[in-house]
Amino acid sequence: MGERVLMKGNEALAEAAIQAGCRYFFGYPITPQNEIPEYMSRRLPEVGGVYLQSESEVATINMLFGAAGAGVRVMTSSSSPGISLMSEGISYIAGAELPCVIMNVMRAGPGLGGILPGQADYLQATRGGGHGDYRLLVLTPGTLQEAIDLVMKAFDLADLYRNPVMVLVDGFMGQMMEAVEFKAPEKLELPDKKEWAVGYRKERGGRTIVKTLSLEPDPLEEHNRRLQEKYRRIEKNEVRHESYMMDDDVELVMVAYGTTSRIVRSSLKALRAEGIKAGMIRPITAWPFPYEPFKKLPPSAKSVLAVEMSCGQMVEDVKLGVAERFPVHFYGRCGGNAPSVEEVVQAAKEILGR
Amino acid sequence: MKEVLIAERPKSMYKVSTHYCPGCTHGIAHRLIAEVVDELGIQDRAVGVAPVGCSVLIYNYIDLDWYEAAHGRAPAVATACKRARPDLTVFTYQGDGDLASIGMAEIVHAANRGERISVIFINNAIYGMTGGQMAPTTLLSQRTSTTPYGRDPKASGYPIRVAEMLSTLAAPGYIARVSVVKPKYIIKAKEAIKKAFLTQIEDKGFSLVEILSTCPTNWGVSPVAATNWVEEQMIPVFPLKEFKVPE
Repeated sequence: MGERVLMKGNEALAEAAIQAGCRYFFGYPITPQNEIPEYMSRRLPEVGGVYLQSESEVATINMLFGAAGAGVRVMTSSSSPGISLMSEGISYIAGAELPCVIMNVMRAGPGLGGILPGQADYLQATRGGGHGDYRLLVLTPGTLQEAIDLVMKAFDLADLYRNPVMVLVDGFMGQMMEAVEFKAPEKLELPDKKEWAVGYRKERGGRTIVKTLSLEPDPLEEHNRRLQEKYRRIEKNEVRHESYMMDDDVELVMVAYGTTSRIVRSSLKALRAEGIKAGMIRPITAWPFPYEPFKKLPPSAKSVLAVEMSCGQMVEDVKLGVAERFPVHFYGRCGGNAPSVEEVVQAAKEILGR
Repeated sequence: MKEVLIAERPKSMYKVSTHYCPGCTHGIAHRLIAEVVDELGIQDRAVGVAPVGCSVLIYNYIDLDWYEAAHGRAPAVATACKRARPDLTVFTYQGDGDLASIGMAEIVHAANRGERISVIFINNAIYGMTGGQMAPTTLLSQRTSTTPYGRDPKASGYPIRVAEMLSTLAAPGYIARVSVVKPKYIIKAKEAIKKAFLTQIEDKGFSLVEILSTCPTNWGVSPVAATNWVEEQMIPVFPLKEFKVPE
């Protein structure tokens, strides 16, 4: 603790989970996130935890249901096709209000796609993937240091709201190395899981059932209303973003998260060198999405440009935030390609007619 | 004359009527589990995992902590619960569609890892809740709503013998097949369920009890005829025996 170390993204994510008190990991191999389960299989026995390589992502997510329902800190990691397989189970976990952390180290799709990085699971992460009215908290770090801090936060958020939390990074973030520091996480007042987890019948003075079935319409509607109230509370309390170079005279507002936010950061500097005033709004939570900063864009702003490693997913949220007050443009690369600084600068210049 | 109590409702069973059809044997299987829970004195530390199927509502009848799993995934849920809380006695209750069709991967791998869980597997050769479709355990020539001309092995394969198949694995500690259609079978079924729970409690590996059961409604026969059908048709295909016992 307190010392800067050079670490690979996937291993940093795994170590952060352990330092956040995660003692149970269930997972199935898939590239480009394999260093997470490999690290967990080494580290968890050292701290008295359990690592289990499951038979499939389908089994994995139901193991999270079982472990979370027993009140322990649990997580899994996977990559895009694996998350698709887990989506049914994520719906059950959200419906039963179980806390857990799911890492998606995104690769390029659709289908098997490729093993190179992508950001095309944004809509799956923020709009469902599984069935029914549910939401995941979706955290989108831009650096490995922020990833570590957010993973530590993720377990607290999961416990606080009794909700699954997804850490959404792309394959670049998983595979790159950066200097990081593990700071002791701040301690939150968290609810006592013995009130609802299985195995505490005696302490509770009665039984519990971890379930999602509700055959009567009115109780199920009531359950949904309660979930929606929780989601509104999360939207109010947990939305995060960074405004970067968003000066009062900014002409172009770029929007990017994760690896693309790093490319945009470099592009902004290149644009400034050419006298073009551009800034960036970087979502740190994809759900809840930071719509608010888009309502307060300075009068100098002419256009908004979303940059992604997808064919245009987060841009839908940007449009919701901008609400047709400014033109919204999109620049993306996909298939495992990332936008270059030159491409982003070129796209910005074209939008501004420079 | 002094009254002597010779039978009563198990302490861990609620005093309610079940939703099961006349002649269905789920009620007997439920009661046997409750009796074993009572006899082992584990009501405070037993956790059940309910399946998808008619018996999803088992938690309305047995007073324990429960999970309700997604279809077929009960062994995965039970695995993680037991790994997180080895002090608990964790069991699943699953039908043949749940366990032997959609959940085949989960049951095979939980058994192969030797998870310290117990599985109560209800085999009635048909899908009950959805209205009598073919199950993986449906007998050859048996008519169901999706094998209206009888199960043809060329089109739909053969009934899967789960107890035999899992007995080929090294890790399971106890595997048995029993029935509950007559008192002589019920006595043995209860013994098997108790052995399964004890296998778990004594840390001797994975345990599974397959229970040949009835579904008169979807078989389209009377409760009495259903009882006879298990004896005459099912037992020859699914022999009753202990396949594995702890050393």
